[in-house]
Amino acid sequence: MDLALIWFLLIAVLWTGYFVLEGFDFGVGMLWPILGKGVDAQDTEKRRRVLLNTIGPVWDGNEVWVLTAGGATFAAFPHWYATLFSGFYLPLLLILVALIVRNMGFDYRGKRADATWKANWDKAIMIGSFLPALLWGVALTNIVRGVPIDADMEFTGNLFTLLNPVGLLGGLVFVALFLTHGAYFVALKTDGPIRAEARAFATKSGLVTAVLAVVLLLVLGLRDGSIWSWLTTAVAALALLGSIAANARGKEGMAFTGTAITIAAAVATYFFLLYPNVMPSSTNPAFSLTIENASSTDYTLKIMTVAALVFTPVVLLYQGWTYWVFRKRITTEHIPAPQDPGRISAGTL
Amino acid sequence: MDALDLARWQFAITTVYHFLFVPITIGMSAIVAYFHIQWVRTHNPDYLRLTKFFGKLFTINFALGLVTGIVQEFQFGMNWSDYSRFVGDIFGAPLAFEALLAFFLESTFLGLWIFGWGKLPEKLHALTMLLVHIGTVFSAYFILAANSFMQNPVGYEYNPATGRAEMTDFLAVLTNKVQLVTFPHVITSAYMVGGAVIMGVSIWLMRRGTPAADVAMYRKSARIGAIVTLVASLGVIVTGDLQGKIMTEVQPMKMAAAEALYETSESCAPFSIFTIGTPDGAAEKFAVTVPCVLGYMATGSFDKPVEGINPLRERLIAEYGNGSELVKDATYTPYIPVTYWSFRFMMGLGFVTMAMAAAVLWATRKGGTPRSTWWTLVIFGAPLAPVFANSFGWIFTEIGRQPWLVYGVMTTATGVSPSVSSAEVLISMIVYTLLYAALAVVEIKLFTDYVKKGAEPFEQPKTPDELSEDSPLQFAY
Repeated sequence: MDLALIWFLLIAVLWTGYFVLEGFDFGVGMLWPILGKGVDAQDTEKRRRVLLNTIGPVWDGNEVWVLTAGGATFAAFPHWYATLFSGFYLPLLLILVALIVRNMGFDYRGKRADATWKANWDKAIMIGSFLPALLWGVALTNIVRGVPIDADMEFTGNLFTLLNPVGLLGGLVFVALFLTHGAYFVALKTDGPIRAEARAFATKSGLVTAVLAVVLLLVLGLRDGSIWSWLTTAVAALALLGSIAANARGKEGMAFTGTAITIAAAVATYFFLLYPNVMPSSTNPAFSLTIENASSTDYTLKIMTVAALVFTPVVLLYQGWTYWVFRKRITTEHIPAPQDPGRISAGTL
Repeated sequence: MDALDLARWQFAITTVYHFLFVPITIGMSAIVAYFHIQWVRTHNPDYLRLTKFFGKLFTINFALGLVTGIVQEFQFGMNWSDYSRFVGDIFGAPLAFEALLAFFLESTFLGLWIFGWGKLPEKLHALTMLLVHIGTVFSAYFILAANSFMQNPVGYEYNPATGRAEMTDFLAVLTNKVQLVTFPHVITSAYMVGGAVIMGVSIWLMRRGTPAADVAMYRKSARIGAIVTLVASLGVIVTGDLQGKIMTEVQPMKMAAAEALYETSESCAPFSIFTIGTPDGAAEKFAVTVPCVLGYMATGSFDKPVEGINPLRERLIAEYGNGSELVKDATYTPYIPVTYWSFRFMMGLGFVTMAMAAAVLWATRKGGTPRSTWWTLVIFGAPLAPVFANSFGWIFTEIGRQPWLVYGVMTTATGVSPSVSSAEVLISMIVYTLLYAALAVVEIKLFTDYVKKGAEPFEQPKTPDELSEDSPLQFAY
């Protein structure tokens, strides 16, 4: 098989890994004001700490998937990387800023007991989870639909070129899907009232996601669809409906697996719609970036293939093990006293 | 300013800022791993307290290194798309390797380390911090291999049909002779930083003297930090010396620029410690010089002359001219005042750090505690001096390569993104600068507050077997 084609597949795998994993921590971040709202201030604080600690040990590892996807695109498809990153300049800037403040929120929120400090980082976490979910959806949907690209492989549009109805719908589908995926994750990782509320929320958001996603995939598929993309679209739809049914019957693990399959099938659909392009030009199909004309040399691709085949399973193994180490459900009862540098404990004085 | 200047400033600001945190991360992860392993080996309570205390300071710092690193990976494509197109074949591979081999390792095992209390058996737990450290070293290796390609392109061929550089030998890229001296130089200087941070913090807590029983513990960590700094600084000197010779060989202009040496020297070229001259450096008014040092640094011998900027410039103009698609420049000379002074600040701050480490070892011998108020200089100077030495080292390395982006192959002006407007670069630069400044304020406040709190009292950690389903988490955000 052609090495460039293998890398087209591997880039799809990396984005799948990213959205399946970071998707739920985006979801958890967006659920802050919903599941992280208790009967009083104390309950709210404990709930938010439960949410934070369900993803605490893993969100950082999840995020590396996008760095790997970026690095791999740079190495395997330099033109794709160059056109996409310079073309989608402002949305990427927003994504970066959002990821920065969100990551700092995860790391720094618990490092002081001060309520204002926490409230500020809460905002960073909520906005920082919502914006990238939305913008990745907008960006990828636009890539599939085609954007203005000239004969020199340069993007000629601007931010508003990307904010078209279909692109925005793509963004909303990502947000709704990650909310549902995140709610399943919370249901799977917690116990008590949060767990029950997460399940109830997931049913509702799952149905909304299903409606929005069907509209989106129909719009995309009717224009560029192939038999393969319709097949993966069907898988995505069935897995999503299956997850809603599983959730209703209290099978949280199955429900979460369901949205994971939905995300994988949705990414697969996007890549089937793209094939054989990597970034179609809406200006002139002849200007499109393709698997063929955007890729690196076979030598580079060969080295990258060996590295990916050897090291990706190792990464999956130790990341999987991390999830096993932190498999226990967390409740508000498990949350210890907060850390605070201002409060010097009695023993040290 | 046009998009090119803005993109250069943006790269400078975001990279220097990012690299304030990187050496701290590399150096401190090694020492925290050492404390943790010592705790598991000896069960001396001090080591557990030091592990947790410096581990917390480490994570506060790591967070910023991480988020600013994401910007770096995106920036090549965003601001330097023509460069990315040209070298993606070669430059992209180490970046992908870095993510796959290093970033996953660092971030996954740091999560395990932070939240692993009461979840992991103690030996395995100590091992996770060591793996974080190994991840940081891998990361340094790959990104430095990418940078070394820019300093001295090897293992590639230019393909005129595609107009791109294509990799022909990955091993040659990874074992570039510039890389083989740069990597140990950067790693040892990171150990200097890590040791110096621990030394400075420990001296402050020792001098505070409360609780009195802890003074001995901080003396121990101060001495460990000082030893690491001192030993590492010897490594920095040796590798820096080797680097000088390789640099003279592959980029003679950079060596000449380091000394602002306009005309080729006689044998035994002197090194100036300090010069007052005209702004362009062409005429000197006053200088303090040491004979033969430059000649030795550049060539390894006291007899050989060192080539000057003027003859080198003429040669470069004759060789490259001003016509090709990728190579466009009038002078092929970097901005000399920056290269001259950054080179001196790098070395000067490095030697200052070394002297501080030696002073700490002397003052803390036989149970001594540093008393004089002069030690305040060490407390603040020890962590900052080697960090800024690192910054100046990079400023020298990168400015000294100008106008080249890839030495001898591509000039900087030809690498910028053609589709990005100067307004867009300006917006992103303002956003990053404000955000980074705000984060610096938050980070420094948090860091100093946790330093003031000092190490937590000892508490025997619980093993996973001693905990039940209902036990509270042993660590939680």
